[in-house]
Amino acid sequence: MLTLAVKSLKNRKFTTALTIAAIALSVTLLLGVERIRKEAKASFTKTISGTDLIVGARTGPVQLLLYSVFRIGNATNNISWESYQEMSQNPNVKWTIPISLGDSHRGYRVMGTNADYFKHFLFAGGRRLEMAKGRIFDGVFDAVLGADVARALGYRLEDAIIIAHGAGQVSFVKHDDKPFTVVGILRKTGTPVDQTVHVRLEGIEAIHIDWQDGAPLPGQSISRQQVLNMDLTPKTITAFLVGLKSRIAVFGVQRFVNQYPQEPLLAILPGVALQELWHLVGVAEKALLAVSGFVVVVGLAGMLIALMTSLNERRREMAILRSVGARPYHVFALIVGESALLTVMGVAIGIGLLYALLVISQPLILAKFGIFIEISAISLYELWLIVIVCLAGIVIGLIPGYRIYRYSLADGMTIRI
Amino acid sequence: MPETFAATIAIELSEMCFAWRDGLEPVLKIAHLQINKGERVFIAGPSGGGKSTLLSLVAGVVVPQRGTIKVNGCRLNGLQGAARDRFRADNIGYIYQMFNLIPYLSVVENVTLPCRFSARRRERASARSSGYTNEALRLLNHLGMGEAPVIDKPVTELSVGQQQRVAAARALIGTPEILVADEPTSALDTNRREAFIELLFNECDRQDTTIVFVSHDTGLEPLFDRTIRLSDINTKWNKSC
Repeated sequence: MLTLAVKSLKNRKFTTALTIAAIALSVTLLLGVERIRKEAKASFTKTISGTDLIVGARTGPVQLLLYSVFRIGNATNNISWESYQEMSQNPNVKWTIPISLGDSHRGYRVMGTNADYFKHFLFAGGRRLEMAKGRIFDGVFDAVLGADVARALGYRLEDAIIIAHGAGQVSFVKHDDKPFTVVGILRKTGTPVDQTVHVRLEGIEAIHIDWQDGAPLPGQSISRQQVLNMDLTPKTITAFLVGLKSRIAVFGVQRFVNQYPQEPLLAILPGVALQELWHLVGVAEKALLAVSGFVVVVGLAGMLIALMTSLNERRREMAILRSVGARPYHVFALIVGESALLTVMGVAIGIGLLYALLVISQPLILAKFGIFIEISAISLYELWLIVIVCLAGIVIGLIPGYRIYRYSLADGMTIRI
Repeated sequence: MPETFAATIAIELSEMCFAWRDGLEPVLKIAHLQINKGERVFIAGPSGGGKSTLLSLVAGVVVPQRGTIKVNGCRLNGLQGAARDRFRADNIGYIYQMFNLIPYLSVVENVTLPCRFSARRRERASARSSGYTNEALRLLNHLGMGEAPVIDKPVTELSVGQQQRVAAARALIGTPEILVADEPTSALDTNRREAFIELLFNECDRQDTTIVFVSHDTGLEPLFDRTIRLSDINTKWNKSC
């Protein structure tokens, strides 16, 4: 019966090809969305790694994560330099990376930090920041650009950039008396680092030295030269990342930070906060999967339509088969077999298409978005999706199958056109 | 005596009444009809007179409400649907008026189609020509369809006459006891009709096959052993079954 089904499908090459194409594309979309979903989640959780705790002023964990790692939103409060110093002296602490936010350059966030950032900051399961061009900052007015910043704004080494006060896209208050010089450009990471301008904490301090309460003090301008001779130790920072000597200490240190008597602080575990955040954005991703699920339904509906419309013209074929001894269930099996074949072929081609697309797009996506899409085997979950699609195809085939079964019982060998 | 008598009867209908559905007017009501083995019977009657229905009954596709149908001594209306299908596959070759062939199968595949559904016919065909494909080729050859270019053509490109000969080869493969032909010549022109029937008879003689041939074309009558006028034996106007 299967060879008959194959030959019958071959006979209707055009509709067969269209049906298979529809199923294949819908399966590619379904699995593709599932892959993107997984990769997006993976790359989301890859934005930071190797950091045991993030410490900021007391706020919500997700908010702290958003502004310290994703550069979204603003801190409501800062941490005093003294608290930071004390924390970094803690015997369990291996390293710390101070972060000072609040300024921006043409919509990109400016982050004040120190050289430890380039030494200790890890992402994507242990990748280190690398310089594409130039070097890390050294002088007070040196700036290291993220890959996107440099590309979008067309900056090269030695270009001068002016930092604006505040984090908005358009700012009317600029630190134009103290321009910075681009000394380095980072390689693409696929994380918010790409959209960050990195300067030294002292640089942040320097541009605000003649400011008070978020505005320049009138008549008290201190020149770029003068400021270099002043004490530029920051008074506050926004947050800091902590690496511990032993991960076992993480809860102890967290408790210590959260109960710090001098200042209300919050320490979060980045992994936990990322999960929490993913739950928030995960709704969109589930909606996307649902949409691609519907596309599969449409693809299978197309197959149902193709089979149903072919039934009437095939009643003669069925009568002939009956006359040579086919039983009604043979006729039923022929149609169900056809739909099963269509589905399985569609699914197989869809999977092939997915991998072809992955192979082609992998280098492009890496170059453009810095996301490394792993070409992995079919996961168990994907296998489930595939099995469900195949079963759905066979179940859908039961409808025309039952119909032709009824026809062949009623028609017998009488040919009705 | 009844033993030998029974062995010579191919088809026997008695007190048979059939309606398409219970409660509907009967289409066929036949008190008695007997066709002997090896006989070539011409069943004449106007279109819509129940000729095709009679063939469906003989082929066991439908069962009568009343009475019995015996084919080769087997009481068809006592069999389950699946058993009737098997019986048909094993014992009956069927030729339609036209468009007999499955368009997506080759000529030889069309001819060997019954061998897919009947082990008995497959074995018989294989035994006869060392493989049922060879038997198909042999039959096609006998029916004047042996040349390679015709056999290799898609069946949809064959002429109607060629298609009917392929259908005949299919009906005859694996030597079924009974050949049922439902106006197989109506799509052929007159001189081709007789040639076709002669080829059919030749092959049936070799296999000692009973032929039940239905047509409204009475011009073919003289070629047959016997003519049965359906209107003579059908007493359906006696209302219900």
